[in-house]
Amino acid sequence: MEMGFRWDFAYEILPDMLWATLNTIIAAGVGYAIALVVGLFFLLGQRTPSKIINGINREIVEFIRSTPLLIQLFFVYFVLPQFGIKLSAWVCGMITIGLHFGTYLSEVYRGALEGVSKTQWEACRALNFSTAYTYRKIVLPQAFPIAIPGMGNYLVGIFKDTPLLSTIGVAELFHAATAVGGYNYRYLEPYTMVGIIFLILSVPAAMWVRKLERTVNVAQGKIKQ
Amino acid sequence: MSYFAFLAEHGTTLLLGTVTTIKVLICSMILYVIISMIFGLMRLSKNLVIQGIATVYIEFFRGTSLLVQLFWVYYVLPFFGISLEAFVAGVVALGLNFGAYGAEIVRGGILAVPKGQWEAAHALNFSPAKRIKRIIIPQIFPIILPPAANLTVELLKATALVALVTVVDLTFEAKQINSITWLSAQCFGTALLIYYIMARLALVPFLRWLEVLAARKVGRGKA
Repeated sequence: MEMGFRWDFAYEILPDMLWATLNTIIAAGVGYAIALVVGLFFLLGQRTPSKIINGINREIVEFIRSTPLLIQLFFVYFVLPQFGIKLSAWVCGMITIGLHFGTYLSEVYRGALEGVSKTQWEACRALNFSTAYTYRKIVLPQAFPIAIPGMGNYLVGIFKDTPLLSTIGVAELFHAATAVGGYNYRYLEPYTMVGIIFLILSVPAAMWVRKLERTVNVAQGKIKQ
Repeated sequence: MSYFAFLAEHGTTLLLGTVTTIKVLICSMILYVIISMIFGLMRLSKNLVIQGIATVYIEFFRGTSLLVQLFWVYYVLPFFGISLEAFVAGVVALGLNFGAYGAEIVRGGILAVPKGQWEAAHALNFSPAKRIKRIIIPQIFPIILPPAANLTVELLKATALVALVTVVDLTFEAKQINSITWLSAQCFGTALLIYYIMARLALVPFLRWLEVLAARKVGRGKA
């Protein structure tokens, strides 16, 4: 077998890899959108006045957060059909990623809401604003900028966890690389290219998130320019 | 088949897998702590070459996916004549990946030590090595342990990936049992429970204990 990096082979598989990258981006985007919404539900469960719901919510979040995403994927993919629910690998993957990262995002939301000063609430109470109005006009506009860096971090995080989807057969980038590698019995080029594509996409994204974080901190007066 | 019958038949296999998972966790934990310390310090070096190496390392391993790194170490390194055993490849990939995240935590911790401490050590004519070792490092533990604890729980979860490069750990065993018996709910459910118990009842209390210990060592905790 030829040693070293074969550029002609890399060039040959490049179109396939780029198409698969599109799938990876779609998977990350859809998974993230679901996670954003799921996070809201967990946040709701956390903030309802009922102590019982709070407790149940907390245990569910803790359980999801302290178990591996990989086994959660297997669980959803293999167990749901036993109960007569047949979903495609794509749908299973998106649901699992949404649930898993939804728990992390609910923490981001909570942190952001707690980051809004308590006196803001008191002032709204004094002005006789309704709770809905307080949230909509006073609290959320202030909480949102605080949440942005955390939300950005988890977008990058989801993107980097999408290769796990290949284990249940979602045809994303890593899956394509494994298939191409197995077919030609050369893993050097496909896996190296996956690494490079990930670097090209996620390093600028991570830098952009860090810049956002700085901007928010400056705006909040936490650090000086 | 009842759940108890399932446990009686496959419980031992799952427990043996758990032992491997714990071994992977401990080995990669030691490796990642050492790497974080070295690269965290290198990142703060005034020498631009050393600093550059650390930055490239950290950005590279944080920018690519752990699974890709793991497969690269296990399947691609043999092309360069380096064949690692699955267990070693798993530990190396986990250690390198988490070391990159840990290095950033260490860097943050060192920067958070008050500047007066550096100046005082300087005024007392401590050598740079002694300053780091005796004054700065002991003080960073209370600062870095809470984020490091989160990272370590993430590490426990990430050890599941080594099953994909044929390390016979808990995840591998669960998958194996699933493919023989098709009792998916039982075997993956049990695996999830074991991971949860390891994280909540063993790892997290241990890390909290370390935090208390570290705080006490610098005289900040309750005696």
